[in-house]
Amino acid sequence: MAYDAMLSDLRGLYERSWDSFGMPVLELRADDLLTLVTRLRGEFGFSLFLDVTAIDYPERSPRFDVVYHFYSRSRNGRIRLKVQVPEERPAVPSLTELYGSARFMEREAHDMYGIEFTGNDDLRPILLYEGFVGHPLRKDYPMDMEQPIVTYRK
Amino acid sequence: MAMMEYMTTKKDELVGWMRKFSLFPYPFVTACCGMEFMSVSSTLYDTDRFGAALPRFTPRQSDLLMVVGTVSHKEAPILKTVYEQMCEPKWVMAFGACATSGGFYRNYSVVQGIDKIIPVDIYVPGCPPRPETVIDAIMMLQDKIASDRHPIFPFEAQLPVKA
Repeated sequence: MAYDAMLSDLRGLYERSWDSFGMPVLELRADDLLTLVTRLRGEFGFSLFLDVTAIDYPERSPRFDVVYHFYSRSRNGRIRLKVQVPEERPAVPSLTELYGSARFMEREAHDMYGIEFTGNDDLRPILLYEGFVGHPLRKDYPMDMEQPIVTYRK
Repeated sequence: MAMMEYMTTKKDELVGWMRKFSLFPYPFVTACCGMEFMSVSSTLYDTDRFGAALPRFTPRQSDLLMVVGTVSHKEAPILKTVYEQMCEPKWVMAFGACATSGGFYRNYSVVQGIDKIIPVDIYVPGCPPRPETVIDAIMMLQDKIASDRHPIFPFEAQLPVKA
């Protein structure tokens, strides 16, 4: 594979890796995230931060996967990182120091899944509104529960 | 003597006739139904034939609020403010399945029909509605306006303000 050299360079920073339709997927611990992303950005040209979101596995422990995608223009390739975080303290380090666009995307993931991004000082709701209780994309959020701002007419 | 120096009619019929052919719509466009709104208001289908063609881009000058598209809970206060800014007489059209009932969205974010927030005069089904449906709705609304009471004089009993 084209990215084998990169993966062997980064060995030790991730726990396991596999291939997903030609894209490398790395699973790592939250402590290694900043080191790994700094190296990906500096040495391998992953200069574009595509997305951060989460996956909820209600039966699993740790419950959440935080999923990152990056794109490298020099390599014309993407990479996916997965960090498992527990329900009691779903915290990962923030990437705002490395990518400015992380500010908004981390706010969205915080809205929808309640992931704490330590280091992001502005985790106000971005898609939701002030006063919204809970995290709507978690599996235990009731599917039809609404929290209207305007009181309904009779 | 000229043919028509005067004519007699009922005041409500006269005012209703005038109002029904001068609908000034305010398009509150939030989603994909807006494409269908453009199609219905432009040349091929042309709501100008019904006197409802000139969109006013401020609610204060308009008397038909067309809510075109999905309204989320975060947007509901805006819609309510827009409705309250319009002067009487005013009518509301719920354009498309989402504005009518929430459509296929049954989740945390979408208002289940704008009639939970503001009174609606006419509902247009469809996802999105065909232009013919919208024209039909405009004509039905015109019938409603024409047959309605129009208390324009101060000595008349005013209609209750819709809330």
